[in-house]
Amino acid sequence: MSLDEYRKREFKQVGTRVRRPDGVDKVTGRAMYGADATAPGMLWGRILRSPHAHARIRSIDVSAALALKGVKAVVTAEDFGVPEDDFTRDVQDNCMARGRALYDGHAVAAVAAVDQATARAALKLIKVDYEILPHVTDVDAAMQPGAPVVQEGRVQENVPKGFSDNVTAHFEFGHGDLDAGFAKADKIVERSFKTAATHQGYIEPHACLASVTSDGKADLWCCTQGHFYVRTLCAGILGMEASQLRVTASEIGGGFGGKTTVFIEPVALMLSKKAGRPVKLVMSRDEVFRATGPTVSSSSDIKIGMTKDGRITAAEATLRYQGGAFPCGTTEFGTQAAFAAYDLDAVRTYGWSVMTNRPKEAAYRAPGAPVAIYAVESVVDELCQHFGLDPLDVRLKNAARKGTKSSYGPTFPDIGLVATLEAARAHPHYKAPLGPNQGRGLSCGFWFNFGGNTCVSLNVNTDGTVGITEGNPDIGGSRASISLMAAEELGIPYDNIRTIVADTSSLGYNDVTDGSRVTFAVGLATIKAARDAVRKMCARAAKIWGIDEEAVQWKDGAAVPAGPNAGKFPPMTLAEIAAVSAETGGPIAGHYEVNADGAGVSFGVHLCDVEVDRETGATKVLRYTVFQDAGKAVHPDYVEGQMQGGAVQGIGWALNEEYIYGEDGRLQNPTFLDYRVPVASDLPMIETVILEIPNPGHPYGVRGVGETGIVPPLAALSNAVSHAIGLRMSELPMSPPRILKALGGS
Amino acid sequence: MRYLAATTAAEAAAALAAETGLTRVLAGGTDVLVQLRSGLVEPELVVDIKKIPGMREITAEAGGFRIGAAVSGAEIGEHEALCALWPGVTEGVQLIGSTQVQGRCTMTGNLCNASPAGDAVPSLVAANAVARIAGPQGERDCPVAEIPSGPGKTTLKKGEIISSIFLPARPGRASDAYLRFIPRTEMDIAVASAAVSLELDSGGTVKTARIALGAVAPTVIAVDAAAALLVGTRLDDGTLAKMAQACEAVCKPIDDKRGTVAFRTKTAGTLARRAALIAYARAGGSR
Ligand SMILES: Cc1cc2nc3c(=O)[nH]c(=O)nc-3n(C[C@H](O)[C@H](O)[C@H](O)COP(=O)(O)OP(=O)(O)OC[C@H]3O[C@@H](n4cnc5c(N)ncnc54)[C@H](O)[C@@H]3O)c2cc1C
Repeated sequence: MSLDEYRKREFKQVGTRVRRPDGVDKVTGRAMYGADATAPGMLWGRILRSPHAHARIRSIDVSAALALKGVKAVVTAEDFGVPEDDFTRDVQDNCMARGRALYDGHAVAAVAAVDQATARAALKLIKVDYEILPHVTDVDAAMQPGAPVVQEGRVQENVPKGFSDNVTAHFEFGHGDLDAGFAKADKIVERSFKTAATHQGYIEPHACLASVTSDGKADLWCCTQGHFYVRTLCAGILGMEASQLRVTASEIGGGFGGKTTVFIEPVALMLSKKAGRPVKLVMSRDEVFRATGPTVSSSSDIKIGMTKDGRITAAEATLRYQGGAFPCGTTEFGTQAAFAAYDLDAVRTYGWSVMTNRPKEAAYRAPGAPVAIYAVESVVDELCQHFGLDPLDVRLKNAARKGTKSSYGPTFPDIGLVATLEAARAHPHYKAPLGPNQGRGLSCGFWFNFGGNTCVSLNVNTDGTVGITEGNPDIGGSRASISLMAAEELGIPYDNIRTIVADTSSLGYNDVTDGSRVTFAVGLATIKAARDAVRKMCARAAKIWGIDEEAVQWKDGAAVPAGPNAGKFPPMTLAEIAAVSAETGGPIAGHYEVNADGAGVSFGVHLCDVEVDRETGATKVLRYTVFQDAGKAVHPDYVEGQMQGGAVQGIGWALNEEYIYGEDGRLQNPTFLDYRVPVASDLPMIETVILEIPNPGHPYGVRGVGETGIVPPLAALSNAVSHAIGLRMSELPMSPPRILKALGGS
Repeated sequence: MRYLAATTAAEAAAALAAETGLTRVLAGGTDVLVQLRSGLVEPELVVDIKKIPGMREITAEAGGFRIGAAVSGAEIGEHEALCALWPGVTEGVQLIGSTQVQGRCTMTGNLCNASPAGDAVPSLVAANAVARIAGPQGERDCPVAEIPSGPGKTTLKKGEIISSIFLPARPGRASDAYLRFIPRTEMDIAVASAAVSLELDSGGTVKTARIALGAVAPTVIAVDAAAALLVGTRLDDGTLAKMAQACEAVCKPIDDKRGTVAFRTKTAGTLARRAALIAYARAGGSR
C-alpha cells in the first residue's frame, strides 16, 4: 500500500464551498441526460419482458411484429452469441433471457421501430410460448434442498453439501478462539434478522442511444457510472474491438451503484446493428424496478458475548444474501464488513450467496455492509441495554483503531473511528432530552473504499486557464472537487479550470465511479498530473531564464528561482508561461496514470431520535446527526450531501422501502407510489459533523465518503424504534403494519 | 384518440353519449394523464370540461357553497369562507398530492375516479354533499354517497358528467374533520381514512353525527351505527372506544402491499376516534 502520500499542508482553496460547475445546466433543464441524446434517422427501441417469475421459453414468434409497418428490427437471445466466460454470459443473459426467463421482468425480446407507438404495438404482436416453472423468491426458502433451482451448475467448490444448488458461494472470515471467547462472556445474545431488498431509487431511468454503422464502428451514449466498463461489457457481448466502440457517458441522474453494469445497452447496439440505424432505448420506471439491480435481501444470525463491563469477548455472524437469478457479487463484502468497527480477539463471519427468481442484484452504496452491520449493531445495542451501559462508551471500549487486526484480516493504519465516536459523545444531540414514545438509537458504519485504474490529462491553455480531462461520470460533484484540487496544486483560481468527463476514446481505462473512489483516485491522479504540468512549466521558465530546471520552483501559481544562487528573475505566472508556450516548445500538458492503492477506509457514527405512534405504528424521525471521517473534505457541501443522502436512503430502507413479491413471484410494487422512498417532508434536516483524520494514502489526506453514510441508519433506526416501543425489532422495513403488529395492536 | 374542449355541459354530455368507444372526462387530468401515459387506458374520446362556464367557480348558495367540477384543490384551499364552514372537506381535498398536483386536481375528479382511497370523498359523504349531474336527459341531483359503486366504477350513466357539488349550510356549533393514514407524510395513498361531521347543542352535547370511512371497503362507506353512538354524548373515552369498535366492525378491506386487513381495520377505528375529537373541538365542544 502506498501509505506515504500524505503531506500536511495549509490549504488555500481545498475545503472551500465553491460554486458547482454543473449547477446552472441542471437547474435550467439544459443538462443532457441519457434520454436526451438523439440522432438523425433514429429509431425507438422497446423491450418485451417476462410476466412470469420462472418459465421455459419454448418459442418466440416475431413474424407478426416484423410485418408491422414501421418496425425495423426485432432482437431475441438468438441474435447474440454465447460468451465463454461465466461473467460476461451472466451479464448478457440478464439483458436478454436465453431459453428461460428467470424473473418477472426478464427481457425476452426487443423491437426497434420508427416511433414509440409502433414499438409498443409491435411488442403486443410478439408471441412467446412459456412453460411456467416453479419459482422461489425468499432467501431462506431458496437454500432448502428441494427448492426450485434457478440455475444449475453454478455452485462453487467450497460450498458444503446439503443445500439447494441455489447456494452458489460460501465465505468465512475471522480469527481467534470463539468457544473460549464466549466462555468469558457474562451475557450472550443470539438473534436472527431479516431485511427486504431495496432499490437505489435513482431519479433517472436507464437510457441510451446506440449507433452501429455498416463498417463495424459503433457509438453509444448512455447514462452510466462507468462508460469504460460499459465498453468492456458491450464489446465482449457483441464481439467488437474496444477501439471500434466509443462510449460517451451522459450527465447522470443518480446511480448509487445501480448504474455500474449494463441492462439495455447491448440490446440497443444489437437492434441498431440489425436495423442499420441509430436506436434509442429508455426504460420506464416499471422496467427499472423489475429488471435492473436492486440490492440484496438478507437473513442473518448474530451471536455476541459481552462482559458486564462492556468488553466484547466473542462475536459470530452468519449472513445469507439473496442476490437474484445469478451468482451474487455482494456477499463477500458484507461478510468482511460485519465487525469492522470492533477490535476483537475472537470473531467469525460466514457468508452465503443464494440465487432466487428475482432480478440480479447490483451494487448499492457499500454493497452488503448495511444489512450485516444492521444485525451486528442491533445485538450490540441489546447487550448495552441488558447491562445498562452507555452504547457510545461500549463502542469506544471495543473500537477498532490504528494497529487493530480487522475482523476481515488486514491491520488498520490510521483510522477515524475513535475520533468519530468521541465527536458523537461530545455533541449536544447525544444528551438532548427525549419525550414519551421517543427513543434514541446509534450505530457505527464502515466501508472499505476503493482506488483503482485512473487516467487524467491536464491541459494548460494559452490564455492561462486549464482544462482537465478525466474519465469518471460525475455523480456526486467530482468535477468541482477535481477542479479544486488542481487549483490548489497549480495556484490558480478555481474559476479558471474546467473539468470534463471524456469518452472512452480519449483516455486510458478508468474504473467505474464506484467504491467512493473518484475524489480519492481521480483527485490523486489530478494532483499528480498538475505536478507533471508544473514540472514542465518550470522547465519552460528555466529555458527562458537560461538556468537549470532544478533551479526553478513553483510558488503561488508562478515559477520562481529556487534560491538566491539561481539568479534574480521576477516570478513567471502560469498565464505568462502559457502565453509564450509556442516559442518554448509547444503546448503544455500534464498526465498521470495509476492503479491507485491506499484508499483509506471510512467510519461513521449516526445518532437518531424517533417517535412512534403506538396506535398506528408510524415512526417519525425527529432528529438525525451524522458523524463521519472524510480524511479531508475537499468541497464540504458535497461531503455533507453524501452524508445526508446516505442517511436518507438508509432511513428509507429501515422504515418503508421493500421489494414485495406475491405468491405468483411477481413484483407487486414497481412504482414510486408503492415503493416508498422518503420524501422531504418525512425528514428532519440531517445534521452533519465532518471529521478529518487524514488518509495516509492520498496527498491531501482524502478518503472516499460516498458509501459509509448508508451503513449506520438501518441499526440506528432499529435501535431507536426498539427503545421507543420497548420491544426489540429484528426485521426491515419497520413499516407501520409491522410495528403495530409487534405492539399487539393488530 | 380525439380531444374535445366542450364549451357547454350539454355539448360535453352529447359528445360522451354519442361515443361508442371508451371515454374520459378531463378535469385536472391528474388521474387521467397518469392512466394514459402508463398505457392503462386508451380512450377514443377525451372531453375537457375546464372551458365550460361556471365549472371553475365557487358560489354561495342557500347558506352553503356550490363548487364547480373543475375548481382546483388550490382554489378550494384559498376560499376562506368555504374552509371555515366545511374544514373537514377542504382539508381532505388539500391532502391530494403535492403543491403541483393541487394546482390541477379537482374534488369531482377525485370522486369520479372512484378510488375507495380518494381523499376528498369521505368528508363529502359525511357532509351529505349533493352532486349536480348534467346528462343527455338534462340535469339531476344525487347524494355524493351514491356516486361511487366500486373501485373505478360510478353510478353515472353514459353521457353524464358532474357539473358541481353542493355543500349545504350548517348551524353555528357544527364542524367536521378528516384524517388519513399514509406511511409517508405526502405523495401517498390512504391506507385507511375517516371523516367525521358533528353538530352540537348549546351545552356541547352531540346532536347529529356522520362518519365515513375510506380505503376499508370497495367504496367509501358511511357508518351510521358508529355515528349514532356519538349522539347525546360529549365524546367521553368510553363512547369513543365503542364508536371505534363499531367502525372496525364494518371494515372489509383488502389485504395488499399497502396494508394488511388487520392494520387497515384497526387504523380506521383509530382515525375515526381522532377525527371525532378534532371535529368536536372545531365545533366548540369541550369534553
Ligand atoms: C402525484 C399524484 C399524487 C396524488 N395524490 C393523491 C392523494 O394524495 N389523494 C388522492 O385521493 N388522490 C391523489 N392523486 C390522484 C388524483 O390527483 C386525484 O384523484 C384527483 O382528485 C383527480 O382529480 P382530476 O381533476 O385531476 O381528475 P381527472 O384525472 O381529470 O379525472 C379523474 C376521473 O374522473 C372522471 N371525471 C373527472 N371529472 C369528471 C366530471 N366532472 N364528471 C364525470 N367524470 C369526471 C374522469 O373521466 C376520470 O375517470 C394523486 C395523483 C398524482 C398524479
